[in-house]
Amino acid sequence: MLNKDIKKVIVLGSGALKIGEAGEFDYSGSQALKALKEEGVETVLINPNIATIQTSENIADKVYFLPVTAKFVEEVIKKEKPDGILLAFGGQTALNCGVDLYRGGILEKYNVQVVGTPVQSIINTEDREIFAGILGEINVRTPRSIACSSIEEARAAAEKLGFPLIIRAAYTLGGMGSGFSSNMDELNKLADNAFSYSPQILVEESLKGWKEVEYEVVRDRFDNCITVCNMENFDPLGIHTGESIVVAPSQTLSNAEYHKLRELSIKIIRKIGVVGECNVQFALDPNSEDYRVIEVNARLSRSSALASKATGYPLAFVAAKLGLGYGLHQLKNAVTKVTTAAFEPALDYVVVKIPRWDLTKFTGVSKNLGSSMKSVGEIMAIGRSFEEAIQKGIRMVGLGMHGFVANSGQAKIDDVEEELQQPTDRRIFAIAEAFHHGHSVDKVWEMTRIDKWFLQKLNNIYILRNELEKFNKLEDIPYEMLLLAKKQGYSDFQIARLVLKSADEKINGDLIKVREYRKKLGIVPYVKQIDTLAGEYPAQTNYLYMTYNGSEHDIDFQHDDQSVIVLGSGAYRIGSSVEFDWCSVNAVNTIRQEKYRAIMINYNPETVSTDYDTCDRLYFDELTFERVMDIVDLEQPKGTILSTGGQIPNNLAMRLHRQHVPILGTSAEKIDNAEDRNKFSAMLDRLGVDQPRWSQLTTIEDIYKFVDEVGFPVLIRPSYVLSGAAMNVVSNRDQLQHFLELAAHVSKEHPVVVSEFIENAKEIEIDAVAKNGEVVAYAISEHVEFAGVHSGDATIVFPPQKLYVETIRRIKKISRQVAQALEITGPFNMQFLAKDNDIKVIECNLRASRSFPFVSKVLKTNLIEIATKAMLDVPFEKPDKSAFELDYVGVKAPQFSFHRLLNADPVLGVDMASTGEVACIGENFYEALLKSMLSVGYRIPKKSILISSGPTRGKVEMLNSARMLKERGFTIYATGGTHKFFLDNGIQTELAYWPDEEDQSPNTLELIRDKKVEMVINIPKNHTKRELSNGYQIRRNAVDFNIPLLTNARVASAYIYAITKMSEEDIIIKSWNEYK
Amino acid sequence: MQNVQKAKLILEDGTVFEGKSFGYEKSIAGEVVFYTAMTGYPESLTDPSYTGQILVSTYPMIGNYGVPNDVEEDGIFRYFESDKIHVSALIISDYSFEYSHWNAMKSLGDWLKENEVPGLFDIDTRALTKILREKGSMLGKIVFEGNEIDFYDPNEENLVSRVSVDDIQTYGNGDHKVVLVDCGVKNNIIRCLLRRNTTVIRVPWDYDFNTIECDGIFLSNGPGDPAMVQETVENVGKALDDVKPIMGICLGNQLLGRAAGGDTYKLKYGHRSHNQPVLMTGTDKCYITSQNHGYAIDDKTLPEDWEPLFVNVNDQTNEGIRHKTKPFFSTQFHPEASSGPVDTEFLFDDFITNIKKYKKQ
Repeated sequence: MLNKDIKKVIVLGSGALKIGEAGEFDYSGSQALKALKEEGVETVLINPNIATIQTSENIADKVYFLPVTAKFVEEVIKKEKPDGILLAFGGQTALNCGVDLYRGGILEKYNVQVVGTPVQSIINTEDREIFAGILGEINVRTPRSIACSSIEEARAAAEKLGFPLIIRAAYTLGGMGSGFSSNMDELNKLADNAFSYSPQILVEESLKGWKEVEYEVVRDRFDNCITVCNMENFDPLGIHTGESIVVAPSQTLSNAEYHKLRELSIKIIRKIGVVGECNVQFALDPNSEDYRVIEVNARLSRSSALASKATGYPLAFVAAKLGLGYGLHQLKNAVTKVTTAAFEPALDYVVVKIPRWDLTKFTGVSKNLGSSMKSVGEIMAIGRSFEEAIQKGIRMVGLGMHGFVANSGQAKIDDVEEELQQPTDRRIFAIAEAFHHGHSVDKVWEMTRIDKWFLQKLNNIYILRNELEKFNKLEDIPYEMLLLAKKQGYSDFQIARLVLKSADEKINGDLIKVREYRKKLGIVPYVKQIDTLAGEYPAQTNYLYMTYNGSEHDIDFQHDDQSVIVLGSGAYRIGSSVEFDWCSVNAVNTIRQEKYRAIMINYNPETVSTDYDTCDRLYFDELTFERVMDIVDLEQPKGTILSTGGQIPNNLAMRLHRQHVPILGTSAEKIDNAEDRNKFSAMLDRLGVDQPRWSQLTTIEDIYKFVDEVGFPVLIRPSYVLSGAAMNVVSNRDQLQHFLELAAHVSKEHPVVVSEFIENAKEIEIDAVAKNGEVVAYAISEHVEFAGVHSGDATIVFPPQKLYVETIRRIKKISRQVAQALEITGPFNMQFLAKDNDIKVIECNLRASRSFPFVSKVLKTNLIEIATKAMLDVPFEKPDKSAFELDYVGVKAPQFSFHRLLNADPVLGVDMASTGEVACIGENFYEALLKSMLSVGYRIPKKSILISSGPTRGKVEMLNSARMLKERGFTIYATGGTHKFFLDNGIQTELAYWPDEEDQSPNTLELIRDKKVEMVINIPKNHTKRELSNGYQIRRNAVDFNIPLLTNARVASAYIYAITKMSEEDIIIKSWNEYK
Repeated sequence: MQNVQKAKLILEDGTVFEGKSFGYEKSIAGEVVFYTAMTGYPESLTDPSYTGQILVSTYPMIGNYGVPNDVEEDGIFRYFESDKIHVSALIISDYSFEYSHWNAMKSLGDWLKENEVPGLFDIDTRALTKILREKGSMLGKIVFEGNEIDFYDPNEENLVSRVSVDDIQTYGNGDHKVVLVDCGVKNNIIRCLLRRNTTVIRVPWDYDFNTIECDGIFLSNGPGDPAMVQETVENVGKALDDVKPIMGICLGNQLLGRAAGGDTYKLKYGHRSHNQPVLMTGTDKCYITSQNHGYAIDDKTLPEDWEPLFVNVNDQTNEGIRHKTKPFFSTQFHPEASSGPVDTEFLFDDFITNIKKYKKQ
């Protein structure tokens, strides 16, 4: 029955997290690897994303931290001689790589079988014309569409179909290069851009306003098919499904509609010949049963990860097994363990997915939502009413909102009608605001075309808000109304704000009053299980959520002091993503190893930590104070771990502590001492540890006075931001004035922190574990960039290659002092500036940091395991000193997603902008750097580079690089100043004119657009408006025309050194365990 | 806040749930059963097989898309499974007072009121379902204050006689003449037959259809205990002597089984859902089916010349039978779906193929 020829396989991962391809593939890959392991198949994983669970020990038999490209995969195939390869679990990256391998004849050459869906089927779904043709054969409707390979063809197609139209680029990630056009001008622009991503584009009829519905379909080799889940977009078609609020199951479809689309999905999967899983997206006419098939993804997708979490059906796990030859009916339902996997989950709850955007992190980006994806993460909320789930979900997104209503000024929308018609990331709050302005559901529907059912539900929340607001005392609220509020997902915070009219500084106390009062009335949430069969069969499931729409718990609570709660990291966002999931999961693993029961709280459907297999109990629920307290009340755990889930749990420390929640590890007071800038600063002074001078200021005059003292440049951090980046470095008085006028609000309530900014300083980090104030394990790493680039955007080297021994010694010493002073038990991270041997502390976090998985894996010492044991107060082995001596180097490189963020300036600063990272291991720094850079999408230029090296320092830094390039026969195009500087130093470059010198040739933009350069190095210089605008245009065009861009001189020179000293062929193909 | 009347659901084991009324306000008693389908309340409520039952929806949010229009096609409602609501009452968790759908005519609540059927919401239907799962389907009653009533067991009476037609009715004008024995037939069985070039002659449950000249016999679904429907079993028994194609669904499966000499028994809490996997015996063909039954055939009691056709992959219960040589088969599940998945509608084609073969001989 099973395919016995498959004894060893390669699994392709998805590389760094990026917009459109994020943590969901860690989850699906991990599941697939687990399934393969269970069948005794040897697994080799290729994935440079070192922060993932799937690249951890004991998941795959071998891990290669290498780029997922045909070239490298071929090398691994040569070396490992696998029987099969799995392409469906690493997103579009793995799929594209698989298609390349197939087309290049590599799979055939090495006799590697594709496990699961055949490559030809994949190709058929990727090429829209072929795809539409195939569906046409089985009378399935697709949008009328014309494939074009030139602008002229696109224009002709537009004439034929009529506007409005949608333009799509074939073979791209999640709708890249796509958009709506309502006239020829827009079409020209869009088409031009789309052609830069793909040789083929599609001009299609627009179905704006139709419902968007997806099905997750599974097929086995016996042709048995099921649809595991359907999902309905809250937003009508026109907004990318990754940008849309999504509910599962569908809410507004009749049985006939639901099953018509289900039947079509099955018809399609059979026709395509998928073995495993695929996703079918439909447009459904809101006024009839007419439909179009929009897209099919013949692989695991973001939606399939969501569907798995929404239903409890492990799609990736099952898909991997089906690939090996099982039939659905031969597999068990992983939740009930007694029933079969050949079934369709019945839900007795509703889930709502909401995207998380971080658009404020970027300058210049358009906030409008459209047909391409910009969100960086998502959450899933579970409830037994839509109102409950959506309010939970809005809180989970973590942008300071408390639900649909009762938010502070941040939710204010200036032009509600504009916002409703041209939605941005704040649309949901515009709906609340519209109700507040007296708009009816019908009026809001007219402007949004969001199905009235959803709007009516939101209106229910709004109506109750007005009712609650009429009361001033908790005791006056009728019991039924208070209960209804909780059933509609109102938090204690919202009730406090509406009823007690609590001011911001009092609300944390007042919400406890609400909590106490409702508990007295017996208004408490109940714990329900997700069991895939809506209670039809008994299931020993530990997959849980909480609801007020219930009257009993599904589970019992053992108050035996043997359980430990771990708080997860919430939605992936810029600054907190898969690395904290790795930390959480490793904490959970260690807790279980130590024979305690691990209870996980998290709500991010893209994670492994929310896989119910990972822990003893999973509460897929909020990480708010209120919900954590609810769970602590019920579970009465031995302890709670706050230090492995990033900043969200960390921020709860003091409040939980005040409620006597047992916190494992460093005490809440000490966490507060590190978090509170003043307390921390005073402590450093006491210890005699240096830090950049800083001050918290409340008036403009004080700011100027302070700057006069410390001198420019300064780092300025407002607590209330009007627009633009929250943090900035300013180098002169003009800039400071400009920033304070435009971006910041300064007052007593909103102080500004100004710090001295030290130029050309090295930035160094330590990730460490301490027990009772004694450092027991540590990893010191250095940034390639000078300080000023956010540590999350920095290229990090571990172990450090260019630090003075003295520097390292001092850093160790300071860390020990701080650990002792703060009596740290558990993980912590500190960041330092070093100039010569002068060390200053810039940050200290008493929790795991972003780089823990990186250093743990390079070091082969799991710092989280040690930290967790320290926190549990169980014995552990202190790593031997020699463990810190490595004969190889790890380099972590950031992944940016600027190509997704229309108009955003792809430049790095003190605020983080990267969406993910990779890390590769090499024999030396340059080899590791090259692997890492190739892994995040850089290509090795062969002939020509454009350099615009900015300030003098940049020019000097690039001089040697330019020389090396010339020696290797490169043509260097350089902008005016750079050209002159190089010439003066004896390097011949070609002058390239600035974008605004339009009539001069060669113009920089022309070089980029015509692909006459293979790489752009543009070092920004913040001086005149003209330079800013020219620089921006060069950078933006490089991104838009998909030409690798470097904006940091230190990274650029290191990269050029690497590519001139070695070629791709010199890269050594070694698996993780071969580095010893 | 909606001002609504409260009412109690009382189970025979003494459990009491308090809910709020969104339907007709009268006390009623019946057998409490749960179904796990997530769509299709207009279809389910009008399914005659639910006669005498208080239906509990495990899916919490009901009423979202209202109730469809009442256009007729081929002499039957297009969007309903019979002429009226058959459930005794409906129990849900969260009711949508406001609905939204292009085809909606009225709200679910208004429709229940028109049909004088009670509906309760704000009940923990998961908690209720778990009781029914552990203890089995049980009697229950909805009690509005001041209107006490007794428990009532619908399985003790012949429910089929209550839902079957009184007189013969004919639909369509196709080539194949099919006698449809109406034990409480769902409209979609008629639609599925009419789509396949048939003339459907719908006869009352106890009518001796052997007297009618036809090309095939169809045994419909229906409510209650098959043992209550002895007359039909006897008539089917006579037809088994012949070789005229027979197909049965649900109660029709049980009646065919009993006519063949097999036994039926009551399941603990039955199958009422859209996600029941059935395996065609002797193959690797597995189908997701729509089901609604409380009784099943005991495979082991089937005589020599009969065999199981489908088996439930979850609990191994019988899901269909066939004669080893003659063109007789039936399914416990609902190939006509409505509501539910339509994966097994091909079985109607098999029936028509049998008819064509039979007519050639």
